Amino acid sequence: MFEYNFHWRPVLRSLPDLLEAGLVTLEVASLAMVLGIALGLVLALIRLKLTGPLRWLATTWVELARNTPALFQLFFFGFGLGAFGLHLTPYTIVLAGLTFNCAGYLAENFRGGFQALPQTQIRAARSLGMTATQAYTRIVIPQVLRMVYYPITNQMVWAVLISSLGMMVGFRELSGETQFFASKTYRIFEYFAVTAVIYYVIVKIILLASRLLAMKLFKY
Amino acid sequence: MEQGIQFFSGFTANDFLFMAEAAWRTLLISALSIALGTVLGGIFGWALHEGRLWATVLLAPVLDVFRSVPLIIQLVLFYNFAPIVGLNLDAFASGIVVLTTYTAALVANVARGGIEAVGEPMRRAARSLGMTYWQDLRYVVLPIGGRAVFPSWVGVALGVMKDSALVSVLGYVELLKASQILITRTQEPFLILAFAGAFYFALSYPLSAYAEKLEKRWAL
Repeated sequence: MFEYNFHWRPVLRSLPDLLEAGLVTLEVASLAMVLGIALGLVLALIRLKLTGPLRWLATTWVELARNTPALFQLFFFGFGLGAFGLHLTPYTIVLAGLTFNCAGYLAENFRGGFQALPQTQIRAARSLGMTATQAYTRIVIPQVLRMVYYPITNQMVWAVLISSLGMMVGFRELSGETQFFASKTYRIFEYFAVTAVIYYVIVKIILLASRLLAMKLFKY
Repeated sequence: MEQGIQFFSGFTANDFLFMAEAAWRTLLISALSIALGTVLGGIFGWALHEGRLWATVLLAPVLDVFRSVPLIIQLVLFYNFAPIVGLNLDAFASGIVVLTTYTAALVANVARGGIEAVGEPMRRAARSLGMTYWQDLRYVVLPIGGRAVFPSWVGVALGVMKDSALVSVLGYVELLKASQILITRTQEPFLILAFAGAFYFALSYPLSAYAEKLEKRWAL
């Protein structure tokens, strides 16, 4: 039945490189999440508070991010922008694509969070003498972030998973690096099996870290 | 009198047909995987709810793996694993297998949530009216629980439809792969990507809006 000989030695030899690429994956996903949270907050607030072209732009962003494949979004930042003479490096393509995607999904979560927060809280804050900005930065946003803590965790996992699409645009994160080695040695199965394990471990670490952080953050 | 060699040619009506065919393939592979995956996922969800030992010890961790490893890695892994055990599957069949298990892993959680949404008293009432276990499942749990999680199921199905773009990594010419091929030849990335994006969007946006509406109407 098994006429195939498994060769794990080349994989083990390049394991340090793969782990390093795993760090690249984590780096690009984390960076995209930080940018995505900031942009997602802005998008959600625009959609809730403003009207006019800015709101239209925010809605288009959110709906495009949520209703087209992530790979399509990467392709768009990859060769779509090439039509306008804008050629991004693979790193920038993946970062831009992930940020675009995460911001869109998070904006919807944030919007739900803002809507779930009673309006009376803002009024209470204002009547205590806080300015509108203070009320937002000290009362509203901390509570919303707490409400969307688990969606953010899920989004972080999702960001790590879809950063694997970097492979399709020539970015050498964990998947891209794996493909590079796999095509060099033709040990495709072995390489991708090890990579799958690495992804699994990364995801579990993120979930564990998130749970520990939640215990620290939400003690009260 | 140099005869120039034309590498690139413009976008023709034939190419449009090519893209339409590819769009059909996207629909085909998504519809098949979603249908099969939903059936399988429903069974898994039921098993998880019943909490038999094998389900908690074996099924749950395995389903978790499918959710924690990038789909693109699963695709490459399975495509290269099948020949090792003597299966001769083409890109389409491999794509179906992987997308089906992926869908099943996601639907399992949805289905379990649906079963849990039906209150225990309701089920006991059904049983005390003389319904058998299966009648209770078919005539009480399915309509009520199914309605409760229908919006989330739509979300999962649309996610799988979008993720079916990743089967292009195996060389299956679905919509996004076709776009990539045409872009290489016609050098018209923006136009072609806009076509592809519009197709996904036209499919996904109305359905997700509909599901959202149902969710709001049924949330009581």
